[in-house]
Amino acid sequence: MAAVMGSTLTEPIKIRVDRKVFPAVGERDEQLVLSNVAFEVEPRSFLVLTGPSGCGKSTLLNIVAGLDTDYEGAIDLGPGKDRMTYIFQSPRLLPWRTVYDNILLALPDGDPRVANIPAMLARVGLTEAANAYPERLSLGMQRRASLARGFILEPDILLMDEPFVSLDDPTAQSLRQLLIELWNSHPTTVIFVTHDRAEAVQLGTRILRLAPGRASVVQDARVRLTPAERLDRAVVLAEQTRIFAAA
Amino acid sequence: MAPGSTPISSTRRRANASAAWMAGFERLGWVVASLLAFVALWQVIAMIANDVRRFPTPAAVLETVMQLAASGALWSNIGVTLVRVALAFFSAMIIGSVIGILLGKYPRVDRFFDPWLVLFLNLPAIVTITLCFIWGGLTQTAAVTAVALNKIPSAAVTLREGTRALSRDLNEMALIYKFGWWKTLRHVTIPQLAPYFAGAARTGLALIWKIVLVVEAFGGNGRGVGYQIFIAFQEFDVSTILAYALAFILIVQIIEFTVLQPLLARVNRWRR
Repeated sequence: MAAVMGSTLTEPIKIRVDRKVFPAVGERDEQLVLSNVAFEVEPRSFLVLTGPSGCGKSTLLNIVAGLDTDYEGAIDLGPGKDRMTYIFQSPRLLPWRTVYDNILLALPDGDPRVANIPAMLARVGLTEAANAYPERLSLGMQRRASLARGFILEPDILLMDEPFVSLDDPTAQSLRQLLIELWNSHPTTVIFVTHDRAEAVQLGTRILRLAPGRASVVQDARVRLTPAERLDRAVVLAEQTRIFAAA
Repeated sequence: MAPGSTPISSTRRRANASAAWMAGFERLGWVVASLLAFVALWQVIAMIANDVRRFPTPAAVLETVMQLAASGALWSNIGVTLVRVALAFFSAMIIGSVIGILLGKYPRVDRFFDPWLVLFLNLPAIVTITLCFIWGGLTQTAAVTAVALNKIPSAAVTLREGTRALSRDLNEMALIYKFGWWKTLRHVTIPQLAPYFAGAARTGLALIWKIVLVVEAFGGNGRGVGYQIFIAFQEFDVSTILAYALAFILIVQIIEFTVLQPLLARVNRWRR
């Protein structure tokens, strides 16, 4: 994709969740998931939400995406709200459509970006698999197709929920590099959820840590790494140690 | 569409196709052998029974088929019955599917109407048939309605299952990627319901073939395979009964193999 422009957004995303509970089910009591979570996300920044499973980070992302509307608070995505894309934890491709058609369907009918699909497929290494049905591909390839589907829209806001979980390490690492490249060529505002601290440090420009007991943000840290340093494991590890020393 | 496939995969596809042809031939061989054995058994029993009227030989039945075909009676009666089958089948599938999808989508509506569904599922066919003819007279509409009513409840139950099983994940995906209702229906919902449609269609056709003949025998207005069989029954004309039965089975099988099975294969081609 030649000369892709980054997002032109200037307004931050404003997120405020005063209270989010899961209602009581059977013997289990009502459960407080999020309480007094409020932060802003600067345009073209890469924000990572991290914390152990059950801390409410995926719930928060679903609220930001507008998929969960049962909460107290307010989400203001600003002018970028119509150019928001969500890359899910599972690839969620349509199994009865080919890889190519899955990406095509993400575009509105008659959209000129159809012309970018072959280049996008080449970028994620799926040119040969364009005509394959998703279930005949490995999970890693399905994840790449799902990334391509999200990126073809050149979103202003990109939400990602553990998109590389349950992949073997080399595959996950190559997909992270791909994400860094895609983000560098088209910087957008990203909110990325992961429980993996190394991944958080490698990808993010800012990390918010949530704790299940508090149902809220317990740490807000900047990541001071250049794009080149993000590819160096030792440097990433050192930064991880610095950020999470108190945790 | 997407760029062409690689030469390797097209060669493999050709190899697969010829293997499929061989398998097809072998299966056909078994079918032919099996049917020949059946005819032979029939011949032996007919010779032992030695009563052409009550147990005709295969040759006698074949001759009756020829006579009925030559007079045109065979085709016109099968035609009349096929029209009834088609009308009953499509109306039952459409009405049953709509009811099933609504019940699957709205649990409250389902809770209210579920007992009705159970009632109609368990209503004996002969009751719906009798009531339709009493209320509607011996008309085409009454006959088609009687057949359709026997299929609607089971089609509704199948599609209700399918609608309940729709993936929430894929619906959220369609929402995020702004598919809109038409794209969601065409690319997300209908492909998920397709196996349920196919299942309802197959069992539906199997049921309707049989019910339609009973309906025609019961409220026949002079035409249709069912009515002809009823007349033949009164005259103890077993040869005509078997002639119509054989011709009918043949037509049903042709429809099964030329329409239904290719459709199923197409719907399922994405599966691993």
